[in-house]
Amino acid sequence: MKNEFHHLQAAHCENGVTTNLLRGVGVSQLTEPLVFGIGSGLFFVHIPFLKVNKGPAIAFRTMPGLIFKRTCNSLGVPVVRKKFSSKQKAKLFLDDCLNKGQAVGCQVGVYYLTYFPKEYRFHFNAHNLIIFGKEGENYLVSDPVMENATSLTEYELERVRFAKGPLAPRGQIYYPQLPQNVTEGDIRNAIKKGVKRNINHMLHIPGSIAGVKGIATMGNKIKKWRNKLGPKDAGLYLAQLVRMQEEIGTGGGGFRYIYGAFLQQAFQYHPDEKLIEISKTFTRAGDLWRSAAVQAAGIYKGRIGAQEDYNQMGDMLIEISAIEKDAFRALKNIHWQS
Amino acid sequence: MKKEEIPQDNGALNKLTKEVVYATDQSGNYSTGLSTGWDIKSTALDVAWNDIEKRIADAKAKVLSNEASPLLYFMELRLMDLQIISGYTGFWKWTIKKHLKPAAFNKLSIARLKKYAEAFNVTIEELKTMELHEK
Repeated sequence: MKNEFHHLQAAHCENGVTTNLLRGVGVSQLTEPLVFGIGSGLFFVHIPFLKVNKGPAIAFRTMPGLIFKRTCNSLGVPVVRKKFSSKQKAKLFLDDCLNKGQAVGCQVGVYYLTYFPKEYRFHFNAHNLIIFGKEGENYLVSDPVMENATSLTEYELERVRFAKGPLAPRGQIYYPQLPQNVTEGDIRNAIKKGVKRNINHMLHIPGSIAGVKGIATMGNKIKKWRNKLGPKDAGLYLAQLVRMQEEIGTGGGGFRYIYGAFLQQAFQYHPDEKLIEISKTFTRAGDLWRSAAVQAAGIYKGRIGAQEDYNQMGDMLIEISAIEKDAFRALKNIHWQS
Repeated sequence: MKKEEIPQDNGALNKLTKEVVYATDQSGNYSTGLSTGWDIKSTALDVAWNDIEKRIADAKAKVLSNEASPLLYFMELRLMDLQIISGYTGFWKWTIKKHLKPAAFNKLSIARLKKYAEAFNVTIEELKTMELHEK
């Protein structure tokens, strides 16, 4: 069985899956940046004491699953989401959906994802892809990271759907159901809601580990890494920061650019020149994230490594924090027409 | 980032696919472009893998000198911590810790060895000898 389906490549997996699944149920006006913005995808958090691959735990995006959930909720699209304890039932449910012609989103772990290159296969369990059909023993897979659609055998798919460890997917499947007609007005309201929620997350979460305050805290911590961890481990930590930040077109720099693109597209729905201006601020933040990555690379390549270089790196993050704070404050002052 | 600044270095993902990135054109409008990879990023990945290779070698040495059971080697090789192994095998973390000692590991039943072998995607023979025949 092979259903009518068009593969779509995206900068970020959950954006891509959400955009494509929604197009499948007739909401065709959406783009990746709109989905990212409506789902309030931009975030920063550094979770102290938690270690990932023996390095710091940093995220540049919201919790996995939320972009899909929020975008559908804001547009009034009903959602089906299921987790399974039995591998057998998970497979039956999936086959059943495909038989009905329903393409579905799947949360999977990448460690045993066979088509990924070895270098990328860490125990990261919040990757998203679409299964859109089955040919013999093979499931047809649309992975938004990839240029083309691909496939997985039954065993391979079961393995990644039931990957274990933090954020274990537990066979999770989700898809939107046919909504009532989604109008321009619905999208306009969803954009407004998404921006407001993102302002809250970046500016108003108490404590100093999340949002723009989290970025500054991170900057101050980096300045201490050289003495606290020694040059070798500090280098490893910085490499991890860059990986979390820039991997697969996403992370710090990439996400700021997507948000910039989102604000430009939001302008089509809310013609307020300020949105275009603020979009430029996000571009600047994204550029600075990339400069910070270059600085970090100098350190983990061993080209530089004096305390002064760590200070500079830390100051860059503190500057980014200030820029993003300004950007979100400016967004807060926008008068939205409804 | 401007369109013409999209990095086109050789990244690990390049064997498989190009990545979509968002960048601005001359009039400042965003659209997507493709990148083959970014040197800064691939070095970060190299740094992580060099460290992993070193940990794997250390673990192997420890197993060979009988300070640890082959489990330690496979933990490092498969990048698994106790939580992840526990997830795949269903064993408690402290049970796994116990099995990290050679004496306890040597007494494991076939059924339990099989669970570890499955989690690491190897055969029981490979699990015991650390000699992998991977494609």
